[in-house]
Amino acid sequence: MFAAEDKAMTLDELIEDAQRVLRICNACRYCEGYCSVFPALARRLEFTENDVLYLGNLCHNCGSCLYACQFSPPHEFQVNFPKLMAKARGETYRRYAWPGFLGKLYENNGVAVSLISALSIGLLFWLAGAISNPEQFFAAHSDAQGSFYALMPHNLMAGVFGAVSLFVGFALLMGFLRFWPYMGEELADFFKGGPLAEGLHDALTLKNLGGGSDKEGCTYPTEQKSFARKIYHHFTFYGFMLCFAATSVATLYHYVLGQPAPYPVTSLPVLLGIVGGIGLLIGPAGLLWIKTQRDPEFKVPEQTGMDAGFLVLLFMISLTGLGLLAFREGASMGTWLAIHLGFVLALFLTMPYGKFVHGMYRLAALVRYHLERRRPVPGIAPE
Amino acid sequence: MLDTNKTWDLLVVGGGNAALCAALMAREAGCSVMLLEGAPKPFRGGNSRHTRNLRCMHEEPQDILTGTYPEEEYWQDLLKVTGGLTSEHLARITLKHTSMCRPWMYKHGVRFQPPLGGTLHLSRTNAFFLGGGKALMNAYYHSAEQLGIAIHYEAKITDLEIDGDSFKSATFTYEGAEHKVRAKAVVIACGGFQANLEWLEEAWGPAAKNFLVRGTPYNRGDVLKVLLAKGAKQISDAMQGHCVAIDARSPKYDGGIITRVDAVSLGIVVNKHAQRFYDEGEDFWPKRYAIWGRLVAGQPDQIGYSIIDAKAMGKFMPPVYPPIRAKTLRELATKLEINPDALEKTVAEFNAAVRPGTFDHTIQDDCVTEGITPAKTHWALKLDTPPYFGYPLRPGITFTYLGVTVDDKSRMILQDDKPCKNIFAAGEIMAGNVLGKGYLAGIGMSIGTTFGRIAGEEAAKYVRG
Ligand SMILES: Cc1cc2nc3c(=O)[nH]c(=O)nc-3n(C[C@H](O)[C@H](O)[C@H](O)COP(=O)(O)OP(=O)(O)OC[C@H]3O[C@@H](n4cnc5c(N)ncnc54)[C@H](O)[C@@H]3O)c2cc1C
Ligand code: HEM
Ligand code: SF4
Ligand code: SF4
Repeated sequence: MFAAEDKAMTLDELIEDAQRVLRICNACRYCEGYCSVFPALARRLEFTENDVLYLGNLCHNCGSCLYACQFSPPHEFQVNFPKLMAKARGETYRRYAWPGFLGKLYENNGVAVSLISALSIGLLFWLAGAISNPEQFFAAHSDAQGSFYALMPHNLMAGVFGAVSLFVGFALLMGFLRFWPYMGEELADFFKGGPLAEGLHDALTLKNLGGGSDKEGCTYPTEQKSFARKIYHHFTFYGFMLCFAATSVATLYHYVLGQPAPYPVTSLPVLLGIVGGIGLLIGPAGLLWIKTQRDPEFKVPEQTGMDAGFLVLLFMISLTGLGLLAFREGASMGTWLAIHLGFVLALFLTMPYGKFVHGMYRLAALVRYHLERRRPVPGIAPE
Repeated sequence: MLDTNKTWDLLVVGGGNAALCAALMAREAGCSVMLLEGAPKPFRGGNSRHTRNLRCMHEEPQDILTGTYPEEEYWQDLLKVTGGLTSEHLARITLKHTSMCRPWMYKHGVRFQPPLGGTLHLSRTNAFFLGGGKALMNAYYHSAEQLGIAIHYEAKITDLEIDGDSFKSATFTYEGAEHKVRAKAVVIACGGFQANLEWLEEAWGPAAKNFLVRGTPYNRGDVLKVLLAKGAKQISDAMQGHCVAIDARSPKYDGGIITRVDAVSLGIVVNKHAQRFYDEGEDFWPKRYAIWGRLVAGQPDQIGYSIIDAKAMGKFMPPVYPPIRAKTLRELATKLEINPDALEKTVAEFNAAVRPGTFDHTIQDDCVTEGITPAKTHWALKLDTPPYFGYPLRPGITFTYLGVTVDDKSRMILQDDKPCKNIFAAGEIMAGNVLGKGYLAGIGMSIGTTFGRIAGEEAAKYVRG
């Protein structure tokens, strides 16, 4: 029953091994105070494939339960819970990608994201080249409003990004709409006030990366507890949200106030963009840095590309965005613009086929956790 | 770097809870400390890494501990399980110590959590470690490293040089060579001898071959043997220990907590001849699990089978190994490799003896049998609802009580009843002083923490005057 396993697994092997380990944890339960995963698993006697994927997306990969496990390798039970949960997440991302065949992009995600980035940047240069002539492209521009659109007409840009956003939004929604019922839940239950609010709270505060009942941080990147991951993720997440807000406000300025970009440095969109952009530099850089410090037992080699690809992409978007801001009056503006928009396009294109989806599946798992928490568990004799 | 040139203030033998408590206390008091752990690093921490809680006396509610657990109640509990085989003086020291040691544990990184699911009955008496015993050991080791305690793994003590009442040096194997280290005092905290099946066989006879060892394979009693040979006064005997019935499919060593089977009180237990042999419903399972190891050890081939029907499924903590499952009792017997006719007969007799009652597994209900021996005195329901499930059981030994006698300073006592000057013992190796028989959940860690800390403190006092 207890086989050591440390190679890429087939789906059946993964589910079977996860079921074996979940049974072990359910008979043990020592990790119950660390996170939401253990109370959730303790509600069950048997573990189906959907339980495995649900728990996988509930696990925040903080590492505590591997350090604390008396059955971790080299023990013959070979319990490496965080690694199995990471693999279960990978399976979720692949399985619920829409359209389904694009799930294949997860097989070599780092390469896929890099290629798409390169192609997107190329496309933007080609567009700019087709629209402007070399003099214009390499000319210094005054900070006059509308200078970006001399190179990249607004309607074209809005058209391309608008269309991509719609597609991406739809693809993400399809993933959610298939994952949620797969976990056995009714769609309407997702919108129940209490569980949704609690799930959002846990997501926005990353409660499960805060340490267990001791609230002293998580064992990432090393065994000594730290808030590093939580803090860098907050930089990333809120940085991203601010950048998103910057773009939204700019869109309003454009359409409602009739003011085309660029905007003065002290304007709301630029301020939001600067603050968000700095967050989006610090966050991904920090996450990448601590990732290199992490104990190797946690590594899931087939996911390194996905993780790194996403981090680098976010970092590059921010770097080139701030570069564009700094050099928007210089001769290199055109180059910065094309590269920046290229990375942004790549992020959009890969959102449903990269690490980005984790936020959505995690939120779904967290909301489900709070739904389930309200349901009675069958009584168990005092053990 | 292994440094055996200098004379250390304190040598600690072993690397479990008692050893680390002693090492940390002595180091805090300013001693230079070398700690030698026989196990490789991933398996450091002996049986302590399998634990989950500490039984704590408290006169009022404390953070995660509800209600009160006063000294007198704790003492009465201990008196009851040991049948008086305990030193009241040392026992009371232990109980009191548990009411004040937790802030120190906290300082060294140990965290506590509310009782685990399925263990609410312990919420008043037992403080659970966040993450369990391995997390506790990791915290202690980290603290020890920070404080500059010299720790060596796979360093196995083989001999001690003892001159009258004084320790001089210890011999150990490390990285393929034999070494000798001198120290001004020594704390022996290397566990019982439960992983030494040959020694168990001397006491239990051939039956011991079928015992499973629930914890570390490294507690083989080598040092205990040396101490007893060199004049230590023995406590308890080789038959005493904590022995529970665990799943027969568990590994020989180190299966830990997950191999337990909590279905016994909800069904029947038969031996290899398909005969029942003890009242399965005598008392709540937490109060009875510790006698079933011995009961199974007394059966032919040291095997038993816990059998339940579909009604009981889901009413107990899920065991790690899936049950053996069958639609009929005959089929189940065949799968368990016991005689189908005999099992059918046993169950028929049992079912016929079951009196009507109101089943409630959370109280000692009125579901009993009449007219069979042994009777089942609570939770007796007919086995009549397929599918039927079976769990094979074997005796699983947790730890042995045979050890060395100590005084209230944790000093080892010699056969002439005089304490040694600089030899201290803590943990399983002296648990028999407090626990001569029986068991109370969480008392192993209480004894180890108490006498580990006392040993470290007293050793430091001796060394540093
Ligand atoms: C599965 C399981 C669950 C348990 N749960 C609980 C619980 O919840 N609460 C509780 O109070 N008790 C529990 N116990 C009992 C508890 O583990 C022991 O009472 C306690 O850990 C003993 O601590 P110790 O330091 O004396 O021994 P150990 O922790 O076993 O440490 C002994 C150490 O000595 C080392 N050693 C052995 N021989 C040598 C040598 N020759 N040279 C060098 N080093 C050597 C070993 O490698 C080991 O590290 C449990 C036991 C088991 C097996
Ligand atoms: C519902 C919201 C979200 C939740 C609950 C959440 C949670 C988490 C968790 C627990 C991790 C670590 C585990 C893992 O590697 O999978 C993680 C990783 C990460 N998250 Fe989020 N996230 C959310 C949204 C976002 C968003 C919107 C972004 C930015 C666009 C983001 C950026 C990242 C990055 C870059 C990593 C990778 C870190 C690494 O590989 O080390 N997250 N997230
Ligand atoms: S990870 Fe290990 S210690 Fe934690 S609950 Fe599972 S088996 Fe127990
Ligand atoms: S969140 Fe942390 S403690 Fe919980 S399952 Fe994941 S790695 Fe383990």
